[in-house]
Amino acid sequence: MKLILHIWRQPGPKAPGRMERFDLDGISEHMSFLEMLDLLNEKLTAEGKEPIAFDSDCREGICGMCSLVINGVPHGPEKGTTVCQLHMRHFRDGQEIWIEPWRAKPFPIVKDLVVDRSSMDRVMAAGGYVSVNAGSAPDANSVLVGKDTAEQAFEAAACIGCGACVAACKNASGMLFVAAKVSHLGLLPQGREERMRRVRRMVEAMDQEGFGNCTNQYECEATCPKEIPVAFIARMNRDFLKAALFSS
Amino acid sequence: MGWVATFFRSSIGSKFLMALTGILLLFFVLGHMTGNLLIFQGAEALNAYAHWLHDHPKFLWTSRIVLLAIFVIHVTTAIRLKLENMAARPVSYVKGRTLKATLASRSMVFTGLLLLAYILFHLLHFTLGVVQKDATGPSGPGGEKDVYAMVVTSFGNPVYAAGYILAIALLWLHLWHGIASFFQTMGWSHPRWTPLFTFLGKALSLLIFLGYVSVPFSVLTGLLKLPAGGN
Ligand code: HEM
Ligand code: FES
Repeated sequence: MKLILHIWRQPGPKAPGRMERFDLDGISEHMSFLEMLDLLNEKLTAEGKEPIAFDSDCREGICGMCSLVINGVPHGPEKGTTVCQLHMRHFRDGQEIWIEPWRAKPFPIVKDLVVDRSSMDRVMAAGGYVSVNAGSAPDANSVLVGKDTAEQAFEAAACIGCGACVAACKNASGMLFVAAKVSHLGLLPQGREERMRRVRRMVEAMDQEGFGNCTNQYECEATCPKEIPVAFIARMNRDFLKAALFSS
Repeated sequence: MGWVATFFRSSIGSKFLMALTGILLLFFVLGHMTGNLLIFQGAEALNAYAHWLHDHPKFLWTSRIVLLAIFVIHVTTAIRLKLENMAARPVSYVKGRTLKATLASRSMVFTGLLLLAYILFHLLHFTLGVVQKDATGPSGPGGEKDVYAMVVTSFGNPVYAAGYILAIALLWLHLWHGIASFFQTMGWSHPRWTPLFTFLGKALSLLIFLGYVSVPFSVLTGLLKLPAGGN
């Protein structure tokens, strides 16, 4: 396959950036999107040019490191798929593709397509944990968790923290991410004790980082590679109200 | 009370503020519509209602002040959030794409601000009577307004009728997203009920559109007219 690529190039955090065009040939449709970029980088390196900086780690859809906006959609056109798991067979020969970094104030650009997502880590550090040391694993079935609750918690726990929800949101809001974390921990017995304090602290941290505000447009749900539903945002809203009204 | 201020300044608290003031405005819009529809019972019914309001100034002014406060909160919070949201994405995408957001959801601030502009005009027109004076001036024997005659004369002018219909269409769009959005913001989301609430919200927004537009429509088509030999 042959592709026409338009890629965001930016030498550093403060430097001005622009879209640069590359014509790439010899792409196999079995390649992943990142392998296609690897191919381009090999070519650029061989030509003595600066390769394109982009993030990846596991390349199996679980670490949340890969982060490209492809033709306006974070993680590209395939539903429920990270870029690293996106294959070139979903594109046409000769197609023009625009590749951009996540765009949000809390995600400053480091270089080209690489953004700094430590704002999400700081939100996690504000309450995205269980602080009780529960000792060794309890006997199976000594702590009962209903099947529905376990499934709901698991659905939220699928969040890999990639930030696609923020990148997709019209307002660069981080609410789907925070809602997933708050719900995942708050639904289970180990995390339930700190549920009220957690939601207050994590929302406060989220606001401090400069994420936007949700306007219920659900672009996040449509792009999330783990297809986490916006019902969790409603759940977080409820928890947050409860925490504000009743917790000390 | 510090926690109240902290709550309403937070992102989620601000959303509650939008949702609560929005839904109160919706109740007003429904009440206002019910009053308007009295016109189909004839001039006496509509005028009696209008005069009743003016004969109860305490009730009228309390309502107006509460409504104004709600409105100011709704609009100022909307603008504050919009500015924050714009700041949260300083550089926009070269190739932006929309997957799920709708025209209505994307234009909330736009439809809202146009509504604000129209409401100001509407007050100058019907409440204060400084626009289109020949139609809206006092006309009753005691100097009180003949609201029926005012409405029929005003909407007899297609330009005023069209402006009104356009504004109501904007309200329709605002509420098409707004009512469904209210439930999500309040945290009332459930796989069984959310689709129903969303549907009912859209249906209600359409009903409101039809209810309001029925008045200028009836004047333009001659269904509502001034009494023969009237003023
Ligand atoms: C006059 C100026 C107005 C402005 C600037 C305005 C603006 C807005 C904005 C920006 C939102 C947030 C939408 C979102 O979350 O996506 C909103 C929500 C809403 N507005 Fe308005 N609006 C106005 C008037 C009205 C009126 C007259 C009504 C009455 C019927 C109304 C009812 C609502 C409702 C029900 C919501 C949903 C709240 C939520 O999202 O939870 N608005 N408005
Ligand atoms: S590289 Fe780990 S999720 Fe894509």
